[in-house]
Amino acid sequence: MTFRKYLVLAGVTVFAAAGDSMLSHGMKQTGAISIHHLQGIILALRNPFVALGILLLLAFFASYMNALSWADLTYVLPATSLGYVLLALVAKFALHEQVSLVRWLGIVLISGGVGFVAGGPALTSHGHEQSSTGAEALETVGASRGPEGPLFHERAGS
Amino acid sequence: MTHVYTWSGILVVVFFSVVGDILIARAMKQVGDVHALWERSGLWTVVGRVLSNSNFFFGLTAMAVGFFSLLFSLSWGDVSLVAPAAASLTFIGNAFAAKIFLHEKVDRRRWIAAALVAGGVALLAG
Repeated sequence: MTFRKYLVLAGVTVFAAAGDSMLSHGMKQTGAISIHHLQGIILALRNPFVALGILLLLAFFASYMNALSWADLTYVLPATSLGYVLLALVAKFALHEQVSLVRWLGIVLISGGVGFVAGGPALTSHGHEQSSTGAEALETVGASRGPEGPLFHERAGS
Repeated sequence: MTHVYTWSGILVVVFFSVVGDILIARAMKQVGDVHALWERSGLWTVVGRVLSNSNFFFGLTAMAVGFFSLLFSLSWGDVSLVAPAAASLTFIGNAFAAKIFLHEKVDRRRWIAAALVAGGVALLAG
């Protein structure tokens, strides 16, 4: 794991929590959306908090896709665990929602559980999912052959 | 009744999020390490490789459905319940789906983590 990869995972965490918080604040301002009035969703997009929330979630998505290109899905998802703690703090102090002791315990348990994963290897899946067209396939096969290939080094270092 | 709406919304979010996550993860594994590809071939190669991947678009569609379901759910329930519950259940669903569809090695460490997360979700729902 390099510093750049830790930064990507930090981006996944912070952008997800901030985006969800902005969306929640914005949706509370626009009010409940009825199934019979779906146009309410479009109107909600005009709320600045909803719009900012969407921008932050786009930043999350870019970080998320970057991380998924070099790590397992079950490794990347725990990176959002610290986001739960951030969300609880934001919900408590910025949105003034009631966060009970039981919910705090639940959040701590979730964070502990997903944090448990972080100690393991980042990539465990096989390389057969790599691009399989033309020269890319040859490149992938060559890279997978031995310790000198970049794929081997990437897994060994992660 | 609001409680039923909230949890129904959470389950819909979870289903489409898992489908989206699996497809996007598969797409990005097919694209390869973005940073290495960017340094080797440039940004537009990365963008082109991602946009020409069909799994990416199917995954994006599933995530979009999950996203709008999340908007509904957030307007019905507290963010400190809806967001962590949906994300946690998505994590458990993803652990199963990643093992089956992505052939990831979900070892004891990751299963224990999934169990802890499930316990956390139970506490959140209580």
